Amino acid sequence: MNSVSADHLVKTYNKGSVRALDDLSLEVAEGTVLSVLGPNGAGKTTTVRILATLLKPDSGKAHVAGIDVIKHPDKVRELIGLSGQYAAVDETLTGWDNLVMFGRLYHLGRQQSIDRANELLERFSLTDSARRPIKTYSGGMRRRLDLAASLIVKPKVLFLDEPTTGLDPRGRMEMWGVIEELVKGGVTLLLTTQYLEEADQLADEIAVIDHGKVIARGTSDALKSQVGGERLEVTVEAAQIAETTKIIERVSGNTAHLDSAIRTISAPVSTGAKALMDVLRALDEAQIHPSDIGLKRPSLDDVFMALTGHVAEEEASEPVRKKRGGKK
Amino acid sequence: MKYAMSDAITITKRQLLQLARIPEVLVFSTIQPVMFVLLFRFVFGGSIATNQPGGYVQLLMPGIFVQTVAFTLASTAIGLAEDMKKGLIDRFRSLPISRGAVVIGRTFGDALLNILVLTVMATAGFAVGWRPTSGAPKIFAAFLFLFMFGYALSWIGIYVGLAVKEARTVQSVGFLVTFPLTFLSNAFAPTTGMPRLLQYFAEWNPVSTMVAACRQLFGLKNQFGATANSWPSQHPLETSLMYMVLLMVIFIPLSIRKYKNTSN
Repeated sequence: MNSVSADHLVKTYNKGSVRALDDLSLEVAEGTVLSVLGPNGAGKTTTVRILATLLKPDSGKAHVAGIDVIKHPDKVRELIGLSGQYAAVDETLTGWDNLVMFGRLYHLGRQQSIDRANELLERFSLTDSARRPIKTYSGGMRRRLDLAASLIVKPKVLFLDEPTTGLDPRGRMEMWGVIEELVKGGVTLLLTTQYLEEADQLADEIAVIDHGKVIARGTSDALKSQVGGERLEVTVEAAQIAETTKIIERVSGNTAHLDSAIRTISAPVSTGAKALMDVLRALDEAQIHPSDIGLKRPSLDDVFMALTGHVAEEEASEPVRKKRGGKK
Repeated sequence: MKYAMSDAITITKRQLLQLARIPEVLVFSTIQPVMFVLLFRFVFGGSIATNQPGGYVQLLMPGIFVQTVAFTLASTAIGLAEDMKKGLIDRFRSLPISRGAVVIGRTFGDALLNILVLTVMATAGFAVGWRPTSGAPKIFAAFLFLFMFGYALSWIGIYVGLAVKEARTVQSVGFLVTFPLTFLSNAFAPTTGMPRLLQYFAEWNPVSTMVAACRQLFGLKNQFGATANSWPSQHPLETSLMYMVLLMVIFIPLSIRKYKNTSN
């Protein structure tokens, strides 16, 4: 059963000149995680805002837990939690103040709100900073508090709009840990991200969107195989490139590709680890000692590149480059 | 709907909590009007001739009270624009709370702040020689008028804050509206010295009618200008009441609608 569904959503801005969503459809099955992956301006936030009742589409339908988002926004609001790109909490107040206030706004009693606030602060390791104003928090702490605020009444469906954008690597790892815990608890989650590794790490299924449309969807593995299977990569001394290429082509049965700048030869392989062992053995016999060798599964950036013809923008391109440089 | 009032009160409490967490805001928002009282009393007070018993300060205080509550418009708008920008309004709108609660709560908070500011100003005024002569019930009525005027204006502030969204722009817009309104009036100087066209404006200006209403309620005869036999200057209480009701009738539904449909 689908917990979230969007059917042919269209949303334009500036009197139709900007098409933020262009016939976008997606579903999230109950108890699963869908990651909406796309570059800046692809329509991720607009999608979340419509599903979370903040924005009305020009046309199309949306349902959350079977309830029409456009016709019954009040009912939907009782079932969802939303945590946005910018930490939407009152910065002048303390973490504790904020959570108690949101508890009251969810119509919990005073004592109940206090208990729930303490419980969530404990769970997100914020107890020590509970009595400090949010503006003294680190980026990661803010996001955790923001997430805590969206969990006050145990939502059926949780929307997280770029939960780790702008966080340092440590903050991101912490946030991932927190999100993974939640998912174990069985919440249905729709998460947007421009980080390919994040979608890979957290989601059951990925919907790649670009220019307001879903351009591909499936599991992380399915998307990867859409781009091609594994590749064997070997890095050797310049003098040994010719011989190495021959060995790789013999074992894989495919044409090898040379990246001469980094002296790396690669070719698609279908037999996985066996091909790796065969190549290693042949190299050893030929007295070639590779400086690096490995099987590489296509990354989600390869997927994105293959699907859209451009890499995911700005922030996303940074970790991408690092990953390529420092391959295994 | 059942929770509309308690939701609004939660929002009001949040605003009071903010003031408790950063008491500087409270200190400065009361220092400014007190400073105005002192400046006008001692800088202009000597050079503006009046035949008012008790001196210029008797005429000044109603003017400065009205000016101060008029600035509620800007402070409400700025507060709301900041909440919009930080995404707090989005979060509130994603909660199962009644539509009006967030904006109603904000107007309550600003109204409470006005009570405090008016109290401080009245004390400062008393210290520099302001002595209303009309007796407790009428003095109370004057403050009730001021309070209501501030409340009505904060609904315009809600609308401006939601429409403009950017706190700095809101601040400029707020001053652009409130400065001409407060100075093109009988608040600080007689309207009789103004060009004819501005006199008409000044006489119908809600700030003038409010100031005149307060002067009347504080027991003054001199309306400071109002030479023309215009209806508003002869019926300042009625005109002011009419303005307040009109503002609320227009801006309460408009602002709640705007809140409901707003999006960044």
